[in-house]
Amino acid sequence: MLNDLAISAQGLTRYFGNRPVVEHLDLSVPRGSITGLLGLNGAGKTTTLRMLMGFLTPSRGESQLLGKDSQLLTAEDRARIGYTVEGHFLYGWMTVRQSEKFQRETFPRWNGSMFESTVRRFGIDPAQKIRVLSRGQRAGVSLAPTLAAEPELLVLDDPAMGLDPVSRGALNVTLLDFCNNGLRTILLSSHSLDDVERVTDRVLVMVHGRLVVNTTVDDFRNRVSSWSLEVPPATRAMHSIPGLIFAKQIGERTVVTVADYDEETEAALMRVGGHSTERLPITFGEAVTAYLSQSRESDSFFANTGA
Amino acid sequence: MQIHISAGSPQSIYRQIADQIRQAIVSGKLNVGDAVPSVRQLAKELAINPNTVAKAYSELTRDGILEGQSGRGCVVASRKNVYTKTERLRRLDLVLDSLVSEALTLGFSCEEITERLTKRLEKLIPEQKTC
Repeated sequence: MLNDLAISAQGLTRYFGNRPVVEHLDLSVPRGSITGLLGLNGAGKTTTLRMLMGFLTPSRGESQLLGKDSQLLTAEDRARIGYTVEGHFLYGWMTVRQSEKFQRETFPRWNGSMFESTVRRFGIDPAQKIRVLSRGQRAGVSLAPTLAAEPELLVLDDPAMGLDPVSRGALNVTLLDFCNNGLRTILLSSHSLDDVERVTDRVLVMVHGRLVVNTTVDDFRNRVSSWSLEVPPATRAMHSIPGLIFAKQIGERTVVTVADYDEETEAALMRVGGHSTERLPITFGEAVTAYLSQSRESDSFFANTGA
Repeated sequence: MQIHISAGSPQSIYRQIADQIRQAIVSGKLNVGDAVPSVRQLAKELAINPNTVAKAYSELTRDGILEGQSGRGCVVASRKNVYTKTERLRRLDLVLDSLVSEALTLGFSCEEITERLTKRLEKLIPEQKTC
C-alpha cells in the first residue's frame, strides 16, 4: 500500500516559536496523480512542502516521499524528486542553452528533448540570453531542467505565481504532458483556482495550518453546495447548520456554503431560511473560496468539517 | 466536432464534455459508429487532466451512448436503451418537473412553455421537425 503513495504524512506539525504554522497534517498523495495544494498566504503551504522535502524539521510527526523518510533522503532519492520554488536563481548573462549545459552536469539523468519542448512551449529560443526573457519565460527556464531530470515526483511551490495567462497555459500543458505516462506524480501549491480545476485530479485545502480538504476534484465539487436564504445572517442560527463552511451576507440575503449536504442540513436550512431557501450553482473556485474565507473573517462561521 | 470547455463554470469540466457529446449526437453532428477522440488526445487538446475526460467517457459508456471498440477507442453506440421504458419515463419526468416548476416561477404560461419547448426541439434536432 505504501508503494502506491508518492507522498504520505502523519501528524506533521511545525511551530515557529510558540506559533503552530502547520498542525497535525495527515496526507497521502497517490502515485500518478496531480494534486493541487490551496490556501491563503500564510496558511502553511510552503512550510508543509519544505518539511515534505526534508528541508525543514517537523516539530512533531513524520512524512515519506516515494516511501523514504523525508528527513533521511539520500542523494539518490533526491535525484528521483524534482523541486522548484518561485524565484529560482538564474544567471542572467547565460543563454538558455548555456544554462542547460551548466545544469545538466548536476543531474544523473537528462532528457534533452524534454528541456527543449518545455522552453519552446514558453516561447523561448534557447539562444536567447536569460536576462532578456519575460517573467513567464523565466519560469519556463526554471522548470525545464527540473523536468529534464525526469523525476518520478515533482513538487512545485506556486509555479503559476505572477504568470500571465499565456505562460499559465504553457505551464498547464507542460505539467500535463510531463504526467502523460500516468507514472509521474505532481504536488503543486497554487492560487490559480481555474488552473487547478483544469489540471489536477486531487485537491488539498489548508486553512490556518490545518488540512480541511483532501479529496478528488470531482468529489470536492459534489460535496460542497451553496444556498441562498432570504434572511440576514444571525451567527447563532448559522452555527446550527451541519457542515457549514461559510456564510456571507449579500444585501438582504445570506449565502450559505455547506459540505456534505443531507437531510439534517436541509432541515437546518429550512429552519433558518424557511421557504426562501434556494440552491445556487457553485463553481470549483467559489467552493474553495468559501473554505479560504473562513480564515479571513474575524467573526467566522468556522465549521470543522473537511470535505 | 469541437468541444469547448471552461474552468470556473458551475458545471464541472467532465459534465461539460459529456453534455457536448450527447448534444452532438442528438443534433446529428456525430453519427452511430463515429469515433470520439481518445482520452489522451482530447485531454491534450483541451489542456485538462486526462482523468476528467475518462470520467466523461465512462459515464457516456455506462449510459450506452458510447461503446469501447478494440483498436478504435470509443465510438458512438447504436441507439439502444439500457433502461426500461418505466425507468426512462421516470427520468424524463424528473427533468420535466424541474423544468416546469422553474418555468412557472419565471411567470410563463403553459402555452408559452410548450411553444418554447417545441422551438428548442426544432432547433436542437433539425431533421426531426415533424415531431
